[in-house]
Amino acid sequence: MADKKVFAASALFNTPDAIMAAARRIASSGYTKWDVNTPYPVHGMDGAMDMKPSKLGFVTMFFGLAGIGLALLLMWWTLSVDYPLVIGGKPYFALPAFIPVTFEVTVLMATVFTVVSMFAIFFGLPDNSHPLHDTNYMKKVSCDHFGIIVETSDPNYNEAEVTDLLNSFEPVSTSFIYYREEEKYPILQPRFLMFLASTAIIVSIGTYLMLNKLMFIVPFNWMMEQDKIVAQNSSEFFDDGRGMRLPVEGSVARGFIPYPYIGEANPEEVLANPYLPTKENLDLGQRKFLTYCSPCHGNFGDGDSRLNGQFPNPPTLHSNRARDFSDGLIYHIMTNGQNIMPSYASQVTREERWAIVNYIRVLQRAKSANDSDLELIKNGDSF
Amino acid sequence: MKIDYSIEPPVVQGRLSLKQIEELVAKPMDTRPNKKFYIALSVSLSALLFGAVCLAFSFYYGTGLWGNNQPVAWGFPIVNFVFWVGIGHAGTLISAILFLLRQRWRTGIARFAQAMTIFAVMCAGIFPIIHTGRPWLAGYLMPYPNQHGLWVNFTSPLVWDVFAVSVYFSVSFVFWYTGLIPDFATLRDRTASKIKKAVYSTFSLGWRHSNRHWQHYEKAYVILAGFATPLVLSVHTIVSFDFAVSIMPGWHTTIFPPYFVAGAIFSGFAMVVTVLVFVRKIFDLQNIITIDHLEKMNKVILATGMMVGYAYSMEFFIAWYSGVEVEQFVFINRAFGPYAWAYWIMVSCNVLSPQLFWFRKIRRSVPLMIVIVIFVNIGMWFERFVIVVTSLHRDYLPSSWGYYTPTFYDLGILLGSFGLFFTLVILFTKMLPVVSISEIKAVADGAQPSHHGGEHNG
Repeated sequence: MADKKVFAASALFNTPDAIMAAARRIASSGYTKWDVNTPYPVHGMDGAMDMKPSKLGFVTMFFGLAGIGLALLLMWWTLSVDYPLVIGGKPYFALPAFIPVTFEVTVLMATVFTVVSMFAIFFGLPDNSHPLHDTNYMKKVSCDHFGIIVETSDPNYNEAEVTDLLNSFEPVSTSFIYYREEEKYPILQPRFLMFLASTAIIVSIGTYLMLNKLMFIVPFNWMMEQDKIVAQNSSEFFDDGRGMRLPVEGSVARGFIPYPYIGEANPEEVLANPYLPTKENLDLGQRKFLTYCSPCHGNFGDGDSRLNGQFPNPPTLHSNRARDFSDGLIYHIMTNGQNIMPSYASQVTREERWAIVNYIRVLQRAKSANDSDLELIKNGDSF
Repeated sequence: MKIDYSIEPPVVQGRLSLKQIEELVAKPMDTRPNKKFYIALSVSLSALLFGAVCLAFSFYYGTGLWGNNQPVAWGFPIVNFVFWVGIGHAGTLISAILFLLRQRWRTGIARFAQAMTIFAVMCAGIFPIIHTGRPWLAGYLMPYPNQHGLWVNFTSPLVWDVFAVSVYFSVSFVFWYTGLIPDFATLRDRTASKIKKAVYSTFSLGWRHSNRHWQHYEKAYVILAGFATPLVLSVHTIVSFDFAVSIMPGWHTTIFPPYFVAGAIFSGFAMVVTVLVFVRKIFDLQNIITIDHLEKMNKVILATGMMVGYAYSMEFFIAWYSGVEVEQFVFINRAFGPYAWAYWIMVSCNVLSPQLFWFRKIRRSVPLMIVIVIFVNIGMWFERFVIVVTSLHRDYLPSSWGYYTPTFYDLGILLGSFGLFFTLVILFTKMLPVVSISEIKAVADGAQPSHHGGEHNG
């Protein structure tokens, strides 16, 4: 036992009056690293030990205010910024209706953080390896005794003086408390690593099964699998096995005018352009041209896209032949397709196709502009 | 008879020493459970199992197994939810409000009442979740960034409820656990079993009974009590908003928040007394949970019972005074309509039966007390039934009037919730100290220094 290092000298008392007197004397003797251990808080001990008032309330205040701020911020951002929604005619930031949640979040944050910071930061707990644990002293103060300790780390600690002082209080008993032998528990033990790995695997498998399997078995899937007809799916209800009904022959969908020259390679007659090249119309044409036409024909219709050389080269739209096409013929080519170019009727609507025609006309005019056109621009005249 | 009111009866009777107190409280944890314990546990577990089976059927076949249907869509699940949340309120009242009011007699019953709060809120939490029909999607109630890009509606009382009940549970649990830490330390230092010591050491976090810790600890306890007090009032207020914020006649009243809080304390105290009279007998705690404490609780029951009675009569008065025809109809229908039987059970149990507590003899008689508090429990359950069902079953549109009858499954799930509650209570009495050891030691005779005034806060 001789090689054990002393942590503190201790004395035990069996009345609250005795411990109060002892605590007062120790406090006035100038020791700083000492403590009183009692099975319950003894009234007036804070004063006897000459302790400053607890600053725990500031932690509570900080986290309480943080709770108010965070709750209001969350509700403001979700209901006024991210997804504004008028509910019951209230404004987006409906403060009175936000009060209950703000209050609850404030209480939650203030209490939980007060307790957690008290134990973790103020006390440095959990700490089951403190020298006091498992001593006879601890067992006594846990039950019905009142103990006092003076730690050896105190700058004024002198074994003889402290022992004399403690004995002068006429305690029930005195003893030395020793540091425990260092015990090492390396974190990276194979067993611990195995535990971590198996936890990770079990959680992963569990999550996978929950989300991808459990939700798709009876009864969890009863919302998904109902006896109703689902669009695009088959059904045994009708003789033809289709879930959806075919439209009556000859019906025309709203907004879709049937194109009369479909399938003709060289139509003898074509449609006339119903759209004027207004600014809006040309903007639309430009957007759609850049999306659907430029990948092959190039941004300016030169046939110089980056597909050039990898593919049968798409033709330029500035050849004399193309310039001589009527609006209706260009519209026909887009609608019907030509050579390797497929029909774009399904991707580009009727109005958009005519807008592209108008835009191609603009490109053609710009690419082969005359000097007189320059004069027109200088004069600010319209074309 | 001359009574000297300046001297309070001692909180702990029988002049027990600190060690005797500790041994008395720790005895159930030191000894093996006896036959009675297993009988009680098997009864409550059977009830729990019965409820679980009914619930499993409800999950499999859907909520169509229950009696809820238009016009009474809320039915049993909401009745039970409000009932159980109310039971929980007594625990916080005893542990927090009476602590702030320096009522030292609370010490003997606070731990137990807090535990009952936690268990009752657990029972309560089940009901709104199963009432949604697809409880496995309950996570949607929490605001979290999701792939739908949606948020919860923070202006809805039902979302307030989610926050109120979950915060109430969390804070009650933290409060309870904070109080348990010194007791875990005491148990750690008295046990001889290695396994028990490891468990207690873990949960005690290495508490050392240090006065440098006690100082902050007591501060934290006051802070927790200070926050738990408005919290407990807010919880049943928000529960009452579920009703009061709607425009349903019979629900749309401003008296609901205080009326619900008073009712919650009333029913909670009744439940605490119901369980405590058995616990103090079985675990031989008559000196710590004294007849004086029970008498004080009965006084609270009497007071809150009259508040509830006042609320009942005031609802009728306001219905008449408001001049709103549907409101008047709802209240006349409540008392004399098809659910008159439920209404009069409620009135006789809640208003009339606690009146017997005016008599000191009855307040201090354990058998009579049990009968009255069980009546109060029944009455308070019927109060929620009356509020939920009678308002819904005949609303503005006579063509949609109906009569709600619970089914076998509704009753089974209610029984199951009682099974869950009592299972948890029974396990608690055997696994944790039912009385706070450190707190009860502090209020024992001679526990505080004499020159400091001793009983100065009595």
